Amino acid sequence: MAAQRETPLLVEVHPADFEVLEDGKNVFASSVSTLESSSSSPELASLPAEDLSTNSNGPKPAEFMPDDDREELFAEATEEVSLDSPVRDPVLSPEPIPASTPVTPITLGAPRMESKTVTAPVIFDRSREEIEEEASGDLLDIEINVLDPEKVGDGMNAYMAYRVTTKTSLSMFHKNELSVKRRFSDFLGLHSKLATKYMHIGYIVPPAPEKSIVGMTKVKVGKEDSSSAEFVEKRRAALERYLQRTAKHPTLLQDPDLRQFLESSELPRAVNTQALSGAGILRMVNKAADAVNKMTIKMNESDAWFEEKQQQFENLDQQLRKLHASVEALVCHRKELSANTAAFAKSAAMLGNSEDHTALSRALSQLAEVEEKIDHLHQEQAFSDFYVFSELLGDYIRLIAAVKGVFDHRMKCWQKWQDAQIILQKKREAEAKLQLANRLDKLQQAKDDIKEWETKVQQGEKDFEHISKTIREEVQRFERERVKDFKTVIIKYLESLVQTQQQLIKYWEAFLPEAKSIA
Amino acid sequence: MTTTLTEIKHLPTLALLFCCEYLAIFKKTVAMHEVFLCRVAAHPILRKDLNFHVFLEYNQDLSVRGKNKKEKLEDFFKNMVKSADGVIVSGVKDVDDFFEHERTFLVEYHNRVKDASAKSDKMTRSHKNVADDYNRIGSSLYALGTQDSTDICKFFLKVSELFDKTRKIEARVSADEDLKLSDLLKYYLRESQAAKDLLYRRSRSLVDYENANKALDKARAKNKDVLQAETTQQICCQKFEKISESAKQELIDFKTRRVAAFRKNLVELAELELKHAKGNLQLLQSCLAVLNGDT
Repeated sequence: MAAQRETPLLVEVHPADFEVLEDGKNVFASSVSTLESSSSSPELASLPAEDLSTNSNGPKPAEFMPDDDREELFAEATEEVSLDSPVRDPVLSPEPIPASTPVTPITLGAPRMESKTVTAPVIFDRSREEIEEEASGDLLDIEINVLDPEKVGDGMNAYMAYRVTTKTSLSMFHKNELSVKRRFSDFLGLHSKLATKYMHIGYIVPPAPEKSIVGMTKVKVGKEDSSSAEFVEKRRAALERYLQRTAKHPTLLQDPDLRQFLESSELPRAVNTQALSGAGILRMVNKAADAVNKMTIKMNESDAWFEEKQQQFENLDQQLRKLHASVEALVCHRKELSANTAAFAKSAAMLGNSEDHTALSRALSQLAEVEEKIDHLHQEQAFSDFYVFSELLGDYIRLIAAVKGVFDHRMKCWQKWQDAQIILQKKREAEAKLQLANRLDKLQQAKDDIKEWETKVQQGEKDFEHISKTIREEVQRFERERVKDFKTVIIKYLESLVQTQQQLIKYWEAFLPEAKSIA
Repeated sequence: MTTTLTEIKHLPTLALLFCCEYLAIFKKTVAMHEVFLCRVAAHPILRKDLNFHVFLEYNQDLSVRGKNKKEKLEDFFKNMVKSADGVIVSGVKDVDDFFEHERTFLVEYHNRVKDASAKSDKMTRSHKNVADDYNRIGSSLYALGTQDSTDICKFFLKVSELFDKTRKIEARVSADEDLKLSDLLKYYLRESQAAKDLLYRRSRSLVDYENANKALDKARAKNKDVLQAETTQQICCQKFEKISESAKQELIDFKTRRVAAFRKNLVELAELELKHAKGNLQLLQSCLAVLNGDT
């Protein structure tokens, strides 16, 4: 059934694109209009496009897409539709790229890329349109839950395994209901892959929950107390929110790594996420280098929007941190209140016991009972304070860090473009010198160099425009999601406060006649 | 401009906060004094005291001299002696069932009231901390609301307002708990201590009486100073019987007053808790209605 839906789309789109290419018009503009997809798809398409060229049939003549290549692509597309495509995944995921360097498919020559992007968007937009059809009003038909944390193994090699269940009717998944077991490092591995692929082209990839050596050690050592149970629950909830947020992103949802994470029963162990591994140390070095670079890049901002937005995010970050600190204090004090109420309840019960006036004694015992119930109420409220309100704020503080990261990538992109322009200038000067010196032997090389760097400058400018565009859309999407999230969460939180008050009323209403009946 | 707005909004709040605190403490002090005066007025003997009458009637300033160093030192020593003595005296078993029962009861009751009073204090302090946190959250939400560029700013401002109002209610809950529960327990801590002291004085007088008896027997045996011993014994006997009688009455009154005070305070506590919870609920529900209506 899915096949019937998809193929007409393919047939209809493709000839149009071919015409466009023959006319030599801007491929991107028309592919955007004919495919009616958001402009982020060409960029995304550029990733697999490059891989199609490297994986299938080796280097090809750049300008024109040969027929058999096209057929092959279609063949792959139809395979995908029949929900049986182990072949497709390796083709489309940019795994061949070595893990140590960030993925930069855009470094390949531009003409080559342009021709590839004609057909590649077709595949992606099929599933993207499917997602957008179902996403009427931003409700993607996919539900992810993280459940049943289970301790696996013993001692210091022990770890917690979480069950990740997915319910969806999206056809790009093999089944409608999936269930796999994952451990924490798997989540970190997923985030690492997504961040590597998407952050540097401007997508805001939701950050994974933070590592905690202290928390995990307690669990490993086997302390069966409430603090390690709390830690596991906190982590489970955080992992669930992380996956849900990632799946809400229409671009990330299409990513094969995410799909593999949700579907495959076996996942290669992500050792690169360990802090003390080689990759971990490399990460730390890169982070430090980045921080230094950020301070030295002086960007001429031509677009005031970006400056404004960066300032806004800076302010928002500060405000959220303050609010988060206050809410954390509230959680702490509410827990104290609960403990103190429980202690008072016990004390009141004892007092009631030693009171020799029977009616008063009974009333005091009942006061003790009321206070004990109120203590449980406070505990539940503290739970709500934390999981509903405080954790949302924590999530958004980390998300804003990701947003800032994306803005930094844009700066780096700009820097790269500027650097390319400087080198081009140097090459031109070198060529001019050679001309004067009449060094014909080296002249050809110099001309070639100039050509190479001209393309690089063009590419750099294009990349910069792309990342700026993507960021604009991403930020808009982020703001929309933020507004929705905060409204939903705060209303949920207020409802929890309402419940507490309603219970309080019930308890005190029950107690009042008892107090009055003291004779 | 936004920063000045924030400042202006919170200046009155700070002043209000201070006033609320001061008012709460003032209410407490007034209540405690009233209870004390009523107690004295209700007491059959103390109500006739001249000092009391002067206090109530003299319409100009009383000049009350605080205790000087010597008197404070005297008090200190008296307490030391009393506690040491109390240990000795409490070893003496009482013949009278009523007083024996009272003593066991009072010792246990006093300890438990002490514990309950301490725990109640901690609980009310925690409540106050929660109220203070609400205040900070309200301010943070206000800052978020004034600085946000999206349509969520109205939302934040409404919620900030809610937190400001609910904080006031929570602060009153804490203050009322303090007034009706903590202060009640503190008062009865002191009352039960006073009752224990009374028992101690009676036991002291009993010991004196028994010693006087022994002295009399000895004097009669030696036939020396018999008359003096007899007088001493009679005085001790009178003292003991008098104190026993008044103590009995006092202790019965203590029970009656205690029951009445607890009843009054527990009823008022429950009524106030209900009032505040209902107020809170109404605030929350109306705020939710507005927020849900907007989205």
